[in-house]
Amino acid sequence: MNPISAGDVIASPHAHGGGSVCMTMRRVMFALTPATLFGLWLFGWPAINLFVISLGSCLLFELISQLLMGKSPTLGDGSALLTGWLLALTLPPWAPWWTGVVGGFIAIVIGKQVFGGLGQNLFNPAMVARVALLVSFPVVMTQWVAPQPLGSPAAPGFVESVRITLTAPPLPDAVASASLLGHAKTEQSRGVDLVKAFASPTAPVTSPVGLRAGSLGESASLLLLAGGLYLLFVKVIGWQTPLAVLAGIAVPAAIAHGLDPTHYLGVGAHLLSGAAILGAFFIATDYVTSPNTAAGQLIFGLGVGLLTWIIRTWGGYPEGMAFAVLLMNALAPVIDRYLKPRILGRRRDGRELEPAQS
Amino acid sequence: MLAAILSLTVLGAVLGLLLGIAGRYFHVEANPLNAEVEALMPGTNCGQCGFPGCAGAAAAIIDGTAPATCCPPGGKAVAATVATKLGLALDLSGMADKGSQIALVNEEICIGCCRCLKVCPTDAIVGAAKQIHNVLREACTGCEACVDRCPTEALVMHPVPVTLQHWVWPKPVFA
Amino acid sequence: MGFMERLIPHWGVHPDDRKRPAADAPVRRMPMPTRLYVPLLQHIGAPARPIVLVGQHVFKGQLLAEPQGMVSAAIHAPTSGTVVAIGEIVAPHPSGLPLVAVTIEADGEDRWADLVGCNDPFALDPQEIARRVAKAGVVGMGGATFPSAVKLAGGLRAKISTLIANGGECEPYLSCDDRLMRDRAADIVDGIRIVLHATGAREALVGIEDNKPEAIAAMQQVAAAFPEVRVRPVPTRYPMGSDRQLIMELTGCEVPADSRAFDVGILVHNVGTLAAVRAAIRFGQPLVSRLVTLNGGALRAPGNIEVPIGALAEEVIAFANGFKETPARLVLGGPMMGIQLPHARVPVVKSTSGILALTAAEAAGQNLRGPEPCIRCGSCVRACPVGLLPLEMARRIASADFSGAVDFGLKDCIACGCCAYVCPARIPLVQYFNHTKGELAALERAKLRAEATKKLVAARAERIERETREKAETAARRKADRDAAKKAAAAAAAAAAPSEETAA
Repeated sequence: MNPISAGDVIASPHAHGGGSVCMTMRRVMFALTPATLFGLWLFGWPAINLFVISLGSCLLFELISQLLMGKSPTLGDGSALLTGWLLALTLPPWAPWWTGVVGGFIAIVIGKQVFGGLGQNLFNPAMVARVALLVSFPVVMTQWVAPQPLGSPAAPGFVESVRITLTAPPLPDAVASASLLGHAKTEQSRGVDLVKAFASPTAPVTSPVGLRAGSLGESASLLLLAGGLYLLFVKVIGWQTPLAVLAGIAVPAAIAHGLDPTHYLGVGAHLLSGAAILGAFFIATDYVTSPNTAAGQLIFGLGVGLLTWIIRTWGGYPEGMAFAVLLMNALAPVIDRYLKPRILGRRRDGRELEPAQS
Repeated sequence: MLAAILSLTVLGAVLGLLLGIAGRYFHVEANPLNAEVEALMPGTNCGQCGFPGCAGAAAAIIDGTAPATCCPPGGKAVAATVATKLGLALDLSGMADKGSQIALVNEEICIGCCRCLKVCPTDAIVGAAKQIHNVLREACTGCEACVDRCPTEALVMHPVPVTLQHWVWPKPVFA
Repeated sequence: MGFMERLIPHWGVHPDDRKRPAADAPVRRMPMPTRLYVPLLQHIGAPARPIVLVGQHVFKGQLLAEPQGMVSAAIHAPTSGTVVAIGEIVAPHPSGLPLVAVTIEADGEDRWADLVGCNDPFALDPQEIARRVAKAGVVGMGGATFPSAVKLAGGLRAKISTLIANGGECEPYLSCDDRLMRDRAADIVDGIRIVLHATGAREALVGIEDNKPEAIAAMQQVAAAFPEVRVRPVPTRYPMGSDRQLIMELTGCEVPADSRAFDVGILVHNVGTLAAVRAAIRFGQPLVSRLVTLNGGALRAPGNIEVPIGALAEEVIAFANGFKETPARLVLGGPMMGIQLPHARVPVVKSTSGILALTAAEAAGQNLRGPEPCIRCGSCVRACPVGLLPLEMARRIASADFSGAVDFGLKDCIACGCCAYVCPARIPLVQYFNHTKGELAALERAKLRAEATKKLVAARAERIERETREKAETAARRKADRDAAKKAAAAAAAAAAPSEETAA
């Protein structure tokens, strides 16, 4: 007949839908797997090295910072692994080893743990790392390579790849390539209009399959799209953010290209090059750094898309997805503050509804 | 050069004048906060906080020499209202331990001396000479003023019993 | 509904309902236990006041305790026997705190007291119906336990137009309403018609979730004869049985947040309550037994059982052949909003819709290692049927910022549990909200108390002042009297002196 002690009382519900943080992270990683495998195949051993280093350093820094803060390590939740994964996908495929390590440090320590760990960070850790690297080491971070699929005669072997990863030798001309967005930016700054710039046979092309130069995991648009649709299907993400991001890029691109094709890239070039698909489905949808309500996510996504297009079109960098995501991350709390859902029986301003007569 | 000196002088003069006017018109005799915070205190002047009465405690809280939680009979409610009023950060964790208490008369040793009746700030004790006294549960604030006064230690503080209607779900705890 | 709201996916969750096979098993009637523990507080409001004495013999249906205050309900003897105790027992409540109950030793005859029924309820005055319902101690049997008579009287005053019979039963595992609708559809429809008469409402809508096709069919068959009673299947989605959500679904009418349903001309009654109203009016039978769903993976024979009020949960479980395995958690009510029991030695009360014995796998509601951090996935926001932001409220409560949580709408929370059900980090959101609501109520009480204290202090100061004044006045009067006496004496002396002088 003793009253049960405080710690034993468990409030309802006495049932659970079965989801977990770990399962959510696993699903995202599962959705990334096809595009990642494609990217690793496309860019060969150096890319594999970088991928492993990036994941490993994120896990290591997560472990170190949690131990330093006296928390019990939570590597099992998969969040650090996913951060490392996303970071690797946005790095140039043949980038040297230290980009992975420095990136991992920035992402996990500065981007996440300093804010208080999982769920507390204001900015997307992987994007913080990518932008910090891009701003600090612009040359290394824009060294694109032409696809060198594993098994092809030009592809470096494992030993050669270790040398590339460790010493980052200057890329031979046969290997170096420009990304489509980079090419457009360079040619325009030289005063060449876009129609002419892409008329040459050596100009980069769009490739839905992904046989093109670019970051490690951004090229296989169709595979990324399939992964994104899988996430939509299992309800890990909502349709609002990705659709809004893509619309935010595609609508202004279509209008501007329609008006002046010599100065503005078309919709296809915008969506199928750079990190549009990866960003729309996997980066802008990050729970922690995006708004919680459906309406907020629409605005957030539109903002990301529009800013990406603006930066690509008029900015100093050829690609703007990472900057756009970070800018909108900063706005997410404001969006959340002003776009709360309407409470049942109340008006938006929180006052009671007028009684309607049935 | 001249223009700069002139304009700065004029600016200084105007601002000085404004300050002077403001100082005269918005002059405040004493800190009105003291009275406002004192009004939020229980007003029993029981002295458990260690300050001379509720006014003293209010002044100490405003000075920052005492925490908003210094009033035991007021409990969390007073602490919360005072802290909100003054915009203080509130740590209620130290307050939950004791919980609210009331005095109860041990009827076997009460001698009916009437001393406790006189010190009770809320007239919560009823009784007459040579009659066993009794504490009115609703009126007792748990200020303990009577406990020290009782010559036979018949007044003892007891925690207020938790009832079904007053039970509060515990905050989730985890190992 | 605005454009933005159309974009937002529907509220609520779709938990695995697990109603069958318990729902399909025929109802069993539990034999009368030897002792019944009838609590005096089985409803929202003030506890009833006992009017029987220890040692007194009572008949089944005899009044044990009468309502006191505006909102209260009568308590009746569930069987004939002797009152052996009126004292504290462990309440069917998560706190395990004591509750006053009347203990009755059954005499085995189960003899009814003299009951006054009514052959033609439609000839009765509506107020008389509310009176008789009050006399029978009927309370809302869906879980809220609001005294039905108070609701009927309120409905009559508010001139309601629509009665909603709530057969939603959206809680998983529970099937007592389902069973009642299948077996006693005619009684429920009769109850609906009586309440229509008692409130002056024109039509009745019976809302039943579409996972109960047998109940829908049974109710439709009976209701076909009465055009004013319409059976309306509603989609299966938790918490469809919550009154505001059901009203919204059936009528499209949104009840303002601080108002009650009858402010918009609607009265909601659970189907079990309607059957109880019918028994009270037709036969004068008070509410002394109810259908209880026994369910959960740890039980041998799940099903619905007719249980007298006051029977111990332990005995009900024993009647249903006991446990298959040791349950990880005992729950009174459904898994989404029910309460965890300290043990099974607590009585069945008027609101007990179910007793669940959940296995560890079923009860894995919360992470025993503690919750993971919130990843702000927004699942709780999508699930919340009220449109709240549970994650923001919990974040504020975790740092003891209760007023911040209130700003986010905590007071509109109905504790349905959708948020905690979907939370991937398994944060005990409902417990955070319950805790805060309790703390806020305690603060409110303390505030009232502080005001009362201030009045007492002022009264004391006034008393002391009055006493000193009176003392001073008395002293002054005495002094004046003395002075006057002195003066008089002096005057007398003076008057005497000359005479003396003259005499001398």
